[in-house]
Amino acid sequence: MAVVASPTSLESAPRIMKLVAECSRSRARAGELRLPHGPVATPVFMPVGTQATMKGITAEQLDALGCRICLGNTYHLGLRPGPELIQKARGLHGFMNWPHNLLTDSGGFQMVSLVSLSEVTEEGVRFRSPYDGDETLLSPERSVEIQNALGSDIIMQLDDVVSSTVTGPRVEEAMYRSIRWLDRCIAAHQRPDKQNLFAIIQGGLDADLRATCLEEMTKRDVPGFAIGGLSGGESKGQFWRMVALSTSRLPKDKPRYLMGVGYATDLVVCVALGCDMFDCVFPTRTARFGSALVPTGNLQLKKKQYEKDFRPIDPECACPTCQKHSRAFLHTLLHSDNTAALHHLTVHNIAYQLRLMSAVRASIVEKRFPDFVRDFMGTMYGDPTLCPSWATEALASVGITLG
Amino acid sequence: MPESLLYCSLHDPVSPCPAGYVTNKSVSVWGVGGRVEMTASKFMAIQQALQPDWFQCLSDGEATCDEATSIKRARKSVDRSLLFLDNCLKLQEESEVLQKSMIIGVIEGGDVMEERLRSARETAKRPVGGFLLDGFQGTPTTLETRLHLLSSVTAELPEHKPRLICGVSQPDEVLECIERGVDLFESFFPYQATERGCALTFSFDYQPIPEETLLQQNGTQEEVNYVDQTKKSKTTSCNQEMTSFEINLKEKKYQEDFDPLVRGCRCYCCKNHTRAYLHHLLVTNELLAGVLLMMHNFEHYFGFFQAIREALKSDRLAQLKELIHRQAS
Repeated sequence: MAVVASPTSLESAPRIMKLVAECSRSRARAGELRLPHGPVATPVFMPVGTQATMKGITAEQLDALGCRICLGNTYHLGLRPGPELIQKARGLHGFMNWPHNLLTDSGGFQMVSLVSLSEVTEEGVRFRSPYDGDETLLSPERSVEIQNALGSDIIMQLDDVVSSTVTGPRVEEAMYRSIRWLDRCIAAHQRPDKQNLFAIIQGGLDADLRATCLEEMTKRDVPGFAIGGLSGGESKGQFWRMVALSTSRLPKDKPRYLMGVGYATDLVVCVALGCDMFDCVFPTRTARFGSALVPTGNLQLKKKQYEKDFRPIDPECACPTCQKHSRAFLHTLLHSDNTAALHHLTVHNIAYQLRLMSAVRASIVEKRFPDFVRDFMGTMYGDPTLCPSWATEALASVGITLG
Repeated sequence: MPESLLYCSLHDPVSPCPAGYVTNKSVSVWGVGGRVEMTASKFMAIQQALQPDWFQCLSDGEATCDEATSIKRARKSVDRSLLFLDNCLKLQEESEVLQKSMIIGVIEGGDVMEERLRSARETAKRPVGGFLLDGFQGTPTTLETRLHLLSSVTAELPEHKPRLICGVSQPDEVLECIERGVDLFESFFPYQATERGCALTFSFDYQPIPEETLLQQNGTQEEVNYVDQTKKSKTTSCNQEMTSFEINLKEKKYQEDFDPLVRGCRCYCCKNHTRAYLHHLLVTNELLAGVLLMMHNFEHYFGFFQAIREALKSDRLAQLKELIHRQAS
């Protein structure tokens, strides 16, 4: 299907990204996003606060950890409490009393991954609400309308999301439709001066399709681009190649947001490949299973070996949990009948992710990013050469060797 | 929490405590791991590890005012508790780490006046740091008798040692006990309110601006009526039913209520969030709901106790009591 070319670009999309430093070997960049609710240093990891809350921790705690941007979820919030109420509460910022930046996704991913009875047409995604059984249509226009009501600083286009394990004509259909939906989102966007609409590059694991999508979408003058349709079930080898392809064709002066990526190794590698923004439920979700993230991997604190371990999770970590509590205490809490441990672990895991990104950024600014990567891999895998082969290849492709 | 005074009670006030597990030699307690049977020596070994500032002595609390107790059973609860106390005191003497801890003697005796008095007098003879009035919980029907019993007991206790009571936490009951010489209470009432998704909103401002009183009375009346209706509907997994001292934030009417939980409250929740937000968090089962509610409920409850202390100092307890009584359903 040919693209009906009508690049409805924004008159002059704000240039929200300022580059501060670039790695001379790899594609890593350090920058600063200028957003309505304050500046955000990049590379940045954005914790996911799905339903207008960061899973048990307060806005004050999140602020104290240094978080300056987090995610809200249009699908969930669109259903409960709904955009009208949130608008009355002075937007999502007012509703949850978050003074810094918010990014909302379009609802597309949830629609497809959570709702079994959803149907995608050119109009949009038709689905049944799990709460009251009502049938609704999430169209590009409706998604933007909800996000306009939410008032988030960055809003995402509604894209036709297809799992990365799907092959065949559906992938191509979804890619072209995403372009058409991008144009519809741009046209429907009521607040381009207050909210930054990002495009989402699709195309699955097919290099040609991705290249086409990149070529078309970059004709639209949006403030930023996301790389979507990855971090599903695809192999890491395919994953990194699509990321690298995408960053090679995206404009340098606009932020690159890699959606759904959050494992430490993936973050470091994808920064090397030229990505600036990341989000993932992993750190907060794994906290609720009793797992604490550390530079060498993770600690399963429910296990017996931590029963009498009176060290903090990470002696180098400055977060409140590590300052005040021991592994033994958290272990005991995890075996009690209340949720206290989950809060402490959520705080720590977010701190870990943010600290990692800070360290990555500092190394780029101080022109020692490749050394940082080697140290990181050494700590995580025992020896830099023992890191997974996909990561070694990906890093080599941008000039960083680990051996 | 190095700044706090740590008190170790025998039982968790919000967990059920099955009867029939006290012997002449041991008492059982329940936790996540199941039942733990403790003799005096095992109990004291645990206290040596915990090193609390105060701890409730091992005691037989199965003769309560809740059900009619036989005199025989009441007598046994007193005898056993005194024996445990003497054993524990002896073990404390022999323990170096426990020299800085204070044993709180436990007054037993069910609803039998004679036994209660005996328990009070005998316990007071021992070198305890304070007294726990155990087994005074009950139903509204037995309230008068229990309060009378309580007065008689505290009259036997030395003035200069603290009196604790367990199982009593609701504002109206708290005041009744304070009038009868009780000093310390468990704070499980705000916790239970939190568990059922409720926020404490009762007023303890007994010297308010007249117009504000009127507004509050109007507000309270409306809510009391509403509560009467909803009280009959099924409750959540929480044991206790909602009281008239609180509001149930799950109710639809709070969906668009952008006021704080309590106007003027200085807790983190009231300074930063609205009833609408709490409603949303509860409806979506978010963990943060409990965090915010607990912060408010403790602040509110401790504010109530602050008001009690001030009222006592300025001899205005009657006014505070009247205010609280008006709000009790």
